[in-house]
Amino acid sequence: MSFDQDLEFIEMGVKKLKRQLEGDPEAIVTMVDKMSLYTKVYNLCTQRGSPVSPRELYDKYKELIIEYIMSTVLPSLQEKCDEEILIQLVEMWGIHKKMVHKLFLYFQYLDHGYVSRNSLPPLHEVGLTCFHDLVFKEFKDKVRDAIISMIAQQREGKPFDGDSIKSVLDIFVQHGIEIGFEEAMLKEAAIYYSNKASSLVRKFSYREYMLKANECLQREKTGVSCYLNASTEAALLEVVRNEFLSLFAGHYLEREKSRFLTLLAHENAEELSRMFRPFSKDAIWSHMAEPLSNIFKNHVHMEAIALARDTAMNGQEFIQKAIKLHEKCLKYINECFQEHDRFRQALAYVFHWLCNTAVGGRQPLELLASFCDDLLKKDCGKRLSDKAIEETFEKAVKLLPYVYAKDHFLKLYRENLARRLLSESANDDRERKILVKIKQQIGNWFQHPMKRMVDDITSTRENQLSFRDYIDRNSSIRPGIDFAVTVLSQGLWPDFKLADLDLPPEMEKCKEVFGEYYQWKNKDRKLTWIPSAGTCNVVGRFEPKTMELIMTPVQAAALLLFNSTNRLSYSEIMTQLNMTEDNVVGLLYSLSCAKHKILIKEPAMKTISPTDYFEFNSKFTDKMASIKIPPPPVAKSKKATEGVNKDCRWTIDASIVRIMKSQKVMAQKELVKECVKELGHMFKPELKMIKKRIEGLMARYFLERDSQDPELLRYLP
Amino acid sequence: MRRSSTKKAGQAASAARANPSAADLLRTASSKATSKELERIDSLFSAYANGTSGLVDPEGIESLCADLEVDHTDVRILMLAWKMKAERQGYFTLDEWRRGLKSLKADTISKLKKALPQLEKEVKRQSNFADFYAYAFCYCLTEEKQKNIDIENICELLDLVLGNQFRAQVDYFVEYLKAQNDYKVINMDQWTGFLRFCNEISFPDFSNYDPELAWPLVLDNFVDWMQAKQG
Repeated sequence: MSFDQDLEFIEMGVKKLKRQLEGDPEAIVTMVDKMSLYTKVYNLCTQRGSPVSPRELYDKYKELIIEYIMSTVLPSLQEKCDEEILIQLVEMWGIHKKMVHKLFLYFQYLDHGYVSRNSLPPLHEVGLTCFHDLVFKEFKDKVRDAIISMIAQQREGKPFDGDSIKSVLDIFVQHGIEIGFEEAMLKEAAIYYSNKASSLVRKFSYREYMLKANECLQREKTGVSCYLNASTEAALLEVVRNEFLSLFAGHYLEREKSRFLTLLAHENAEELSRMFRPFSKDAIWSHMAEPLSNIFKNHVHMEAIALARDTAMNGQEFIQKAIKLHEKCLKYINECFQEHDRFRQALAYVFHWLCNTAVGGRQPLELLASFCDDLLKKDCGKRLSDKAIEETFEKAVKLLPYVYAKDHFLKLYRENLARRLLSESANDDRERKILVKIKQQIGNWFQHPMKRMVDDITSTRENQLSFRDYIDRNSSIRPGIDFAVTVLSQGLWPDFKLADLDLPPEMEKCKEVFGEYYQWKNKDRKLTWIPSAGTCNVVGRFEPKTMELIMTPVQAAALLLFNSTNRLSYSEIMTQLNMTEDNVVGLLYSLSCAKHKILIKEPAMKTISPTDYFEFNSKFTDKMASIKIPPPPVAKSKKATEGVNKDCRWTIDASIVRIMKSQKVMAQKELVKECVKELGHMFKPELKMIKKRIEGLMARYFLERDSQDPELLRYLP
Repeated sequence: MRRSSTKKAGQAASAARANPSAADLLRTASSKATSKELERIDSLFSAYANGTSGLVDPEGIESLCADLEVDHTDVRILMLAWKMKAERQGYFTLDEWRRGLKSLKADTISKLKKALPQLEKEVKRQSNFADFYAYAFCYCLTEEKQKNIDIENICELLDLVLGNQFRAQVDYFVEYLKAQNDYKVINMDQWTGFLRFCNEISFPDFSNYDPELAWPLVLDNFVDWMQAKQG
């Protein structure tokens, strides 16, 4: 066969295939046809002196494809638009792919041999590239416009073929052809919704406008989900949202803001919640959160300022009102503002200010500590039920996270706790429950020592039973006085002033008995006695009537001296008790110049001096049968503050060293940031203090400044 | 006859020079001063040195200053000490003396006097000044293990060392140091910080001062104090 004949043979075969693919019932490519075509190609490639060279064959292949496209595919697409073009394109592409595949079967030998040997694009690629260049590129704009107009029609309510859109988009994506679809679509959506929003704004109130806007968003979302990918979908929704919101600011914002403020001022929670009810949390109304939360913040701030400046209130009232304000705001946030973050932040801002700004010279944290103490003291239990106390406490502790110097608060709390636990009405169960509530608010880091304090009291009670047992079993060592000992673990409890003194023999005997018991029970522990703490019930036989006096063992020791004589001098008392001067002064003051004057002082001035004389006040009486003598005064709160400051310094030092040890080299700014972060849950260290500590550590050769870069600090091992 | 003998000597001498030993090379390469100069430097030393201690002591320095017509509190003496790398304030050892005068190429009093302006210029150069500044601090640490200098002396030292360059900063800082109570002494870190402060921070507005950076706390307080003054 000649060149032309061979080629014509091939052309015929291809034409037949085409017709078959187009659905021509008469064109059936049989097995024989396939085989003969294949053989033809094979022969042409392998025969020596073949009329057709492989190159020519290759070119012919390409020519055939192109011719097919030009004659069949292009015309079919030319006149179409909208849906039809999409469907047609998908169909044509499908046919083409089949065609290329089938042709490949015939031209296989060419592909394996000639093509790969000469590094030419393989045949199927040629086929695809042709379609690419001739069809896709040619029609991509038309396709895009078709899709966009289909989307627009969908918005107007026309039926919609999402699948064909998806198929076409997929094809283009697969072949990496950029049709600028996303851009055009977003632009078109913006125009559409801008118009829509304008029309709505003129007709509807704010709520209705937002509802409609929400509707549009939902519709878009369901509409495009079948054919758009996630990121394009998100971009589209963003555009829609923006179009609606851009008009909101101009038309509705001011009105809504003033309405919101009025509702707040009138405390109209009902209306406030209705304002936001139709919208879910992440829907359109979130944009309003910023202006409204600012209004909310300012409003609450005003209330807080008024509260802080009210000098007529005492500490208790202040805390109560602060709690009330806090609860009210929480109610708004939870019920009306759908717990939106911005409102939470607004509340946090105001209460951070309120809980750390001094009120009438006292820090809120001190007032809070006193408030908690009052709640938990014995007499409160008479006025309020257990449940009420717990509820009030729970609300009060919610203020704790706002306090910066939490460690200071806890130190005060611990002192109060110690006092409560050592009083007669210690309720260790309730104290434990309360500690849990505090833990819930500010974390666990402080809790351990305080919990152990409570445990001490619990174990003391158990101990007491076992001690009684011990005495009962060993009758010879009866102490003679009915007494109980509270054993405290050292280091947990606030420091007691160890008033060293000589106790009367009765008390000494008690000490001895218990000491033996305790040694027997706990062999490796050492006891140190604190007579200034604890209570002693003393029977006072006064002329008017006999009364019971409740006081500390130290005071009892002093009074017992008067059993042997009616009158003693200051120095006699001091010698007999073997006490230091400071302790004696406070002690005698509490017995002679305070509320209950058990001793008469000569001269009668209200200050104790070493030349005073003291006499038993036999005429003393009170309408009660049993009274409590106030203990000797001790300067407490100043110590707490001093202690806290010192602790502060060491804590910061420790933190700095810790950070630098792990980092080895660090910029000063970073170090400060890390330090503040690390200590933030306890207190807020000031920049100046941290700087001072850093300089101190440099002087002690823990750190040094880098010689090249003064901002850099280095850890010195 | 003589001429020929001189010639011979000259020839011999040049012959010697033509094959120099390693030691010769070293000597000529390392120090520009000849042995004559070294001798003069040494004798100058002994003129001021205390016979028993073998050092130039404060008395000797005073008479040196008199001869140089420079006040003994003048900063140029400090600069001289720096050049010598003198370790102990008020004293110069023979090594230090040699070091200083050799590098200044001064072996007589008049040469030394003439070298002083040159020395000033050298110190004022950026590359040297920081070193000189730090040296000035260390030089004043007279006690063993002393790490800090008290406020009074610091004020004087600041005036001496920085007075020319940063008159305003020094004056105000000195005023502040005397007025405040937080610091009784100044340490090296604060001292070097102040020079950096003078060089980098715009005065007196402090517009580029950032207390969050690693400036010593004393300077933070100084800036606060200045800003309070300026209202």
